[in-house]
Amino acid sequence: MIGIINYGAGNIFSLTAALDRLNLKYGMVNAGENMEKYSHIIIPGVGHAGAAMRKLETSGLIDSIKALKQPVLGICVGMQLLTRHSEEGDARLLNIMDMDTLHFAHKIAHKVPHMGWNKVSTCYTSELFKGIPADAYFYFVHSYFIEYNPTFTLAYTTYGLKFSSAIQFNNFYGVQFHPEKSGEAGELLLKNFCTI
Amino acid sequence: MEPSFAHQLLNTGVAKRLIPCLDVKDGRTVKGVNFVDLRDAGDPVELAWQYSRQEADELVFLDITATHEKRKTTVDMVKAVARNVNIPFTIGGGIHEISDADILLNAGADKISINSAAVRNPTLIDELANAFGIQFVVVAIDTKYIDGKNYVHLNGGRIKTDIITEEWIKEVESRGAGEILLTSMDHDGTKNGFDCTLLRTVNQTLSIPIIASGGAGSQQHFVDVFTQTQVDAALAASVFHYGEIRIPELKEELRTHGIEVR
Repeated sequence: MIGIINYGAGNIFSLTAALDRLNLKYGMVNAGENMEKYSHIIIPGVGHAGAAMRKLETSGLIDSIKALKQPVLGICVGMQLLTRHSEEGDARLLNIMDMDTLHFAHKIAHKVPHMGWNKVSTCYTSELFKGIPADAYFYFVHSYFIEYNPTFTLAYTTYGLKFSSAIQFNNFYGVQFHPEKSGEAGELLLKNFCTI
Repeated sequence: MEPSFAHQLLNTGVAKRLIPCLDVKDGRTVKGVNFVDLRDAGDPVELAWQYSRQEADELVFLDITATHEKRKTTVDMVKAVARNVNIPFTIGGGIHEISDADILLNAGADKISINSAAVRNPTLIDELANAFGIQFVVVAIDTKYIDGKNYVHLNGGRIKTDIITEEWIKEVESRGAGEILLTSMDHDGTKNGFDCTLLRTVNQTLSIPIIASGGAGSQQHFVDVFTQTQVDAALAASVFHYGEIRIPELKEELRTHGIEVR
């Protein structure tokens, strides 16, 4: 069963709806709760990375998240939390992957937020993208991005610059796009995550 | 040398979005021709699911008679859509304060759209952006060309204001709108094509995404709006609802013109 970290950072209705459609069982991980009973963990997150980190601190779950051995998937801001630091609110984050979350503004000439469907290109073969066509489109909506880093970048996307649209380190995964809103490719990715 | 601005806009990597718009009333879909004569075009959840299967990129629901008593119907509809559909959607109509938006967010809406309420109370845009992030806030604008100028109109185009559309767009952007949905009342319902002149002018100075609305009648109109104005998305209702334009075929046509689609 999947445990969804329930720390109050944004709406998770769409995520649980997608898991329901896929017949994937899940439960909510509330503040201070033990995560051992869950085979997989999802860290959702919408909104402000700095604010999300403060909420996560309040939940008292940080040490147990860092110690997790089962597969973990951070989505959007939940992915950004896995990095060292975000320019959004000048926030120190979990630092599970030593890379930074930066603002698009002033770095690219394109519109911000990066909103819509964009191509995701994997850097190497991964269970997470099994069966998903190369350069498949996923749905993005974000103003901050995680830099491209050969050590951690599992897939990249180009929007004025090349950034990490999926990252991985050991059992920790993160995706910048919203799989729950990305049509069939997104649903397949969620399904794949649960078989890792 | 720096590539031109227009060139950069055309090659951002993001696919141009096609957005069917479903006008809903009491939980049912209706389409107004020039926003008057309403015709029933079906169940919103069923239609939304069909559109997601047809590779529509996003959906917009406009709740056109969002009276307070009927709000629960709308919230139930939003929940049903979020449960059944795997693409993003926006809901507009009847949002006057933060709590209205909060209920819709928690029911699974990806974005909310405000129109007249933003004109009457512009700080609502700032409040919504601060509370939920700019990516959640779409400002819809109905515009009409009168004596050489574009004026913002309210209540589905029935009430003229003295606000110049181009100025209002700059203001809503600075207040924290994440996206603009611009409907030309002169073109809406005519099936004579989008208002490319206005859209091009507006889009040249805009740094947030803009959705073109009003006037779609043929595949060529979509080709025109994307190549001539570089808007991020195009919205239509009846041509999609009545099957006059099928989205997979439209995407093929756009591809042959070098327009990036999903």
